[in-house]
Order: sequence, then C-alpha cells, then structure tokens
Amino acid sequence: MQNTLAALVTPGLIPELGHFALALACCFAGAQAFAGIVGPWRRHAGLIAATPALAIGQLLALAVACAALVLASLADDFSVKNIFENSAIAKPFIYKIAGAWGNHEGSILLWGLILGLCGGAVTAFGGNLPTLLRARVIGVLGGTSVGFLLFALLTSNPFTRLWPPALDGRGMNPLLQDPGLAIHPPILYAGYVGFAVPFAFAIAALIEGRVDAAWGRWVRPWAVASWAFLTCGIALGSWWAYYELGWGGYWFWDPVENASLMPWLTGTALVHSAIVVEKRESLKIWTILLAIGTFALSLSGTFMVRSGILNSVHSFAADPTRGVFILGLLGLLIGGSFLLFALRAGNLSPGGIFAPLSREGALILNNILLCSIASIVIVGTLYPPFADLLIGQKISVGAPFFNATVLPLAIPMFVAMALGPLLPWKRGRLAPLLQHAWWAALIATLTAGIASFGMGILPACGFGAAAWLILGSFAEVAERTLLFRTKAATSVRRARGLPVAVLGAAIAHAGMGVTVAGISGSALSTQKIVSAKPGDHFFSGGYEWTLLKLDSKEGPNYQARVATILISKDGVPLQLVRPERRNFTAQHQTVSDVAISTNFLRDLYVVLGEERDGEAVLRFHVNVLAPWIWLGALIMASGGTLSLLDRRLRVGAPVPARARKKLVTA
Amino acid sequence: MARRRLILLAPLAVLAAAGFGFFTMLNRMQKGRFDPHDIGNPMLGKPMPDFDLPGVGGAGFSSADLRKAAAAGPIVVNFFASWCIPCANEAASLANLAKSGVPIWGIAYKDKPPAVQNFLTQGGNPFARLAMDAGRVAIDFGLFGVPETFIIDRHGMIAWHHAGPLDDTSITNELLPKLALL
Repeated sequence: MQNTLAALVTPGLIPELGHFALALACCFAGAQAFAGIVGPWRRHAGLIAATPALAIGQLLALAVACAALVLASLADDFSVKNIFENSAIAKPFIYKIAGAWGNHEGSILLWGLILGLCGGAVTAFGGNLPTLLRARVIGVLGGTSVGFLLFALLTSNPFTRLWPPALDGRGMNPLLQDPGLAIHPPILYAGYVGFAVPFAFAIAALIEGRVDAAWGRWVRPWAVASWAFLTCGIALGSWWAYYELGWGGYWFWDPVENASLMPWLTGTALVHSAIVVEKRESLKIWTILLAIGTFALSLSGTFMVRSGILNSVHSFAADPTRGVFILGLLGLLIGGSFLLFALRAGNLSPGGIFAPLSREGALILNNILLCSIASIVIVGTLYPPFADLLIGQKISVGAPFFNATVLPLAIPMFVAMALGPLLPWKRGRLAPLLQHAWWAALIATLTAGIASFGMGILPACGFGAAAWLILGSFAEVAERTLLFRTKAATSVRRARGLPVAVLGAAIAHAGMGVTVAGISGSALSTQKIVSAKPGDHFFSGGYEWTLLKLDSKEGPNYQARVATILISKDGVPLQLVRPERRNFTAQHQTVSDVAISTNFLRDLYVVLGEERDGEAVLRFHVNVLAPWIWLGALIMASGGTLSLLDRRLRVGAPVPARARKKLVTA
Repeated sequence: MARRRLILLAPLAVLAAAGFGFFTMLNRMQKGRFDPHDIGNPMLGKPMPDFDLPGVGGAGFSSADLRKAAAAGPIVVNFFASWCIPCANEAASLANLAKSGVPIWGIAYKDKPPAVQNFLTQGGNPFARLAMDAGRVAIDFGLFGVPETFIIDRHGMIAWHHAGPLDDTSITNELLPKLALL
C-alpha cells in the first residue's frame, strides 16, 4: 500500500501541493476577514455575499493541505522535516495517519483545519442568521484563521523540506503510539477551536452594538457543541494518562491539563449565562466577556505549553521564538477584542431585573463559582513562572493547593446545580423549592451517612453529593412529568412533551454526579508495590495477586517484557492479566503498558516496572469506581449534545424579508 | 459612567499585565536568563555529599578527591549517561568548556562501562576524571535527571546547579560568570 502510494506520485510533489494549499488557505482567510468585516461596514452587498464562498474555499484548501501531509506521511516521504522527525518506516500504518497531528507542526495544521471547519459550519448551519451578522461572524473567524495559518507558514511549517532526504525517520514518541491519543487531539481541538464561534459572535455583536435574546439563542448551540467536545477531549486525555502513564492516577493538575480545564470552566459558565441572555435578555456584557475570555483561555493555554513557559510532563518542543510570534498574535487578537469590549460593551442595553432567589440568581451563582474555580486554576498554574520572574523563587504548585482550594467552591456549586433548574425565572420562593427537592436531599444525606461508616468523611460527602446531583438533576423532570403523582401513562405523555433541552440539562448535571462518584471512589482505592519473582503471591485490596511468569515479546517497533499475573478473590481465580514494559529501541524509551481489568465498579490495574536479579517491580492498584469518572464526562457531553437537538435552538428569529431584499439589491 | 468604563477596561489591563509578563519571560528565555524548567536543587549552598565511586575501566574518584582538587579552584561536575540524548547534544559545548581550561569531572549515571567508553569516543571526552554511579550518589546530589551540572567551590560546597543540557549560551551567560565569582 505504502509503496504503491510512493510510486504513484512524483517524489516530493505532494508536500509542495500541501504547502501551496496552506498558503492558499491563508489567502482565502485574509479575503474572508476583509469581506466579512468591511462588507457589512460599508454595506457592500458583493462582499457580504462572497463571505460564505470564501469560508468554504478556505476549508477546502485546508482539507487539501491536511490530506497532503497525511499522504506524505503514508508514503514515508522523509524529505519532509516534520515526517522525518516524527515518523519512521517501521511505524504502524494507523499511526502514520494519526501521527500527522501528534506533533507541533501537524497539530497547528489540524488547529487551522478545525477553525476552517467552524467557518464552514457557520456557513452551512447559519442560514437563519441575519445576513450582516453571519458575514461578520465569518469575517472574525477568517481573521483568526489568518493569524494561525501565518503562524503555521512562518514558524511551524509542517511542509518544511530536508535536503538531502533522510532514508528513515526518527520515529514518534512511543507514549503517543496509542489509539486514544490518535483521536484525542482532534476532539480536544474541536473543543478549543469551537469556542472561536461564540467568540466571533461576541465580536460581531460588539461591532453591531446589539445583543438580544436571538443572539443568545444563536450563540448557545455553538458554545454547547464546543463544550461537549472539550468535555470529551479532557476526559480522553485524563483516561489516556490513567492507562498509558501507569501512575494509577487520572488527574495530576499538570499545566497541560489545567490549560484545558480553564476554558472548560469558563465555557461551562458561558453555556449557562447564554441561557440568561436568551430567556431574559440579561447578563449581556458578562456573556460577551465570557465568550471572549473562554476563547482567550483556549488559545493562551496552548501558547503557554508550546512556548515552554509552563513546565509539563507533556513535552512539546519548546521554542521561545514561536512563543514570541504566538504571543504577538494573541496580543493582537485578544487585546483587540478586549479593547473593542472596553469601547463598546458599555453601550449594550441592560435587560430584565430579577430577585436573588430565582433561576437567574442560581445561574449567576453558578457563574461566580465556576469563574472563581477558573481563577484559582489560573493562579495556581501561572504562579510558578511569575514567582520565578518577579521574586526569583522556584515554587511548584501541585495537587494539595488545587484540592484544598477547588473543593470548597465545588461543594456549593453541586448544591446549587440540582436546585437551580427547579427555580422559576424572575422570582422564586424557598418553600416550593424544598417541596420539590426534599426527597433527593434525604436520599443524599442517607447515602453520605451510610457511606461514612465505611470511609473517611470527605469521600462520604462526595458520595452524598453524587447522589444529590444524580437525583436532584431529575427533580425537574419528575416535577414536570408529575412522576408518581398521576397515572404512569400521563407521566409518559408529559415526558414526551418535555423540551429536549430540559432533558439534556438533567442528563448533563447527572453526568457530573457520576464523575463526582468516580472521584470519591478514588479515595477508597488501594495500591501496593512489590518486588516479585515468578511464583510469588501477594494480598492487596482484598484480592490475591500471583505472578505466574515473566516473558519477552517482540512488537512491531519495540521489545517488551510481559508479566502474567493471576488475580483471584477468596481462592477463586478471577482474571489473568498481562502488563507489559515496552522498550522502543529507536527512541531509547521505555513505556509501560498497563493491564486493566474492569467490571465498571472497580478497576484492577497492574503495572510492570523494572526488573533486577530475576525480580520484577509490580504495582497492584484496585481503583474503586474509576471508570465512572470518564463515564460521567461522557454522560455530560451527551446531555449537551441532546440539548442541541432541541428544535427551539434551530429556529432563528424571523429575518424581515424586505430588509434582506433591500440589502441585496442595494 | 466613568467607573463603568474603568471596569470594562479591566480585562484589557489584566491581559496587558499578563502579556507583558509573558513577553519578559520569553525574552529572558531566549537570552538564557530565565528557565522555568529549572526546578532548583535542595543541595544548593550545602556541602557536597560523601561518596566513593568506581571508574570506567580505570580509577574512579571519591568526594575526598573532589574536595582536595576543588580547594585549588572550583570544579564542574557533570552527571551524564550514554543513553541520554540531551547529554549527546551538550557534548560539544562541554568539550569547548574543557578546552578553555575549566576542569570538568564526569559521573556516568546508571550506565555500563563499554557504553560510556563508546559514548566518549564518539562525542569526545571533556572529563578530567570519570566515575560511574548506579544511582545512589545522584540521589544524594538531589539529581532531577541527566544531564545535570554542578559547580563545587573551594570549600567543597555546591555553589551552582543546572538541570538539563548546557549549551554555549547558558555556559557563557550563567556558568562562566559564576565560575569567575568563585
């Protein structure tokens, strides 16, 4: 297959084609920015009408560029520097494809492609938007694209050539040779970059000087979709760290992880505050700020990691020169946006008033708490480099800080999460609220009470919070379907009539509960480190672990040691597991392949370590409820996706036909 | 109204402050004066730990040897390994440093004698003395990884420390000025 590919094309043609397509995409993006900003400003019908076509053109050019990179990688074209540095002839086929975005240059190209896709999506699904707003949104997206494509072309060109071409490549970082990491970047970037659309809507609204309920309704599905992608992306990353790094944990408060958490927190706040704009025409300025801020955090997280400012276990080739370029780009993009915000946001007319105890009030509380947590994460992440810069002190901020500061804010948020949806808009009363939620509170308290007999107070509270979230999330659904208070058939009929968004919100909130349960479970997890020779057996976490044998194995581009371990409980054999320790010869790197056996209530997790004198270091973990952490994230994301199906989101505000006509004929 | 304007300017101000900070960091990183990846060393400013290490083929050295030699002038101690790619990258810079007359003593970390000899034959041997450490002494030195470089001053104290590979910039801007002071 690869040889045919190589023979089919003139050597070296494909990367040149890709390079050209990338430059073409940059030109399209520039034209798109010009037409989208100047067109509506000068009321130039031709320019306005050109924006969708330019966005599609940019997308097509980027698709060609990406295809060229993948093809060159498949054809083992080591005249391309990026492929020489990150690929090798012996690399498995699938990673020749996925590896194309597993490195800095390729990932920037992927970033650009997704940004192009956003523009294409606004073109495709934005048919019901007012023409001027759509042109402006596409224009802002185009301007953002120009910056990133220039960044790719000038400092991180994936098509840079090597002369003379190398015979074989250096191979990819073995840690990345993993199916999870093949799909992780596209999903995570879809989340990061997706927030470019709410950002573009915010900028367009600032230019127009108008934010209304319709704007809220248009911006929310984009925010929800990006949020769902980001949720999945973060969960995948954390899952990858869990099974690939072999440290037994799932979240390390590593700067790269924090970089993805920051926009997630503000993005979650955005998804909620946009509801207030949509329903009540309130919180407009704040929502605009969140839309800009979330995208700014998406970008700056990547910037801090790629420029080498933040210390991380994930090492991208840190390069201060690139850092200066991207900092300038960010300064221009975000600085310009905040300047526009300072100049224009004051003109937005304030909307409806409401009492503190109301749906709006609950959503504001949610926003305050989420943004406080986001601030804590930002401070904790940026403290070390700034402390170093300002007072010359080497400080590392780790899990103890984040756990101690985030938890106290998370608890009131969990309480409010279940209650908020039960409150009416404008003004709520305490009595009906308690009436609707008492049963969930009772069960949650009982859960925590029963749990506290078997564990510490904190995990017990965690389980209580999880029960509260899962049950409380469905309190509104139960309320609106008159569950158990009327005939079952009536409830079902009422459930059918429920807006999908209500169900989506309940599912997303319950998903958080599942994740909280999973995290609480990790407090009950046990681990044991032993040095073992074949035949040894150990007891840990209520299980018996017997090392049966240690063998060698030959992989496609690695050599591995394999341990065969029998896990039994009360003398009954349960499971044979085979953790591996892989030595990637080309890269001189050793990677552990963790053996995980799960039944969804607990993971049996075995890591094979170094060997010496016939004895191997083994780690046995019993991770209680661990799969729930990612399952919950998946439920959250599917709740968000479900709410996208709500018909109300897709129906645009009526655009006066006469106005549209006048514009076109003008 | 003016207060409202000021509040709306706040995000821009925060951004400007952060941007300025980042710019300074990047600028200093390029000049080798700022390294966020340098995690510091708890042994800095303390007496060097005691050890007695075997050599590679020939004789190794002990902390007593090092202290005696350092009494005459500060000595650079470099932890390296033949299996470590950044170590191969810093070899040329170390060779230049050795040529300029700075004494460098090498400690090969978790390595095998033939591999070390091969490594030094290929990349050049900048080391005045050479020893092998299975990992214990590295822990006493508070080693973070290889390569890592220390300066032992006339009193046998650890006077300077650099984690990660040295290059010509960091040698000119950091190591040599420090040596000149000692």
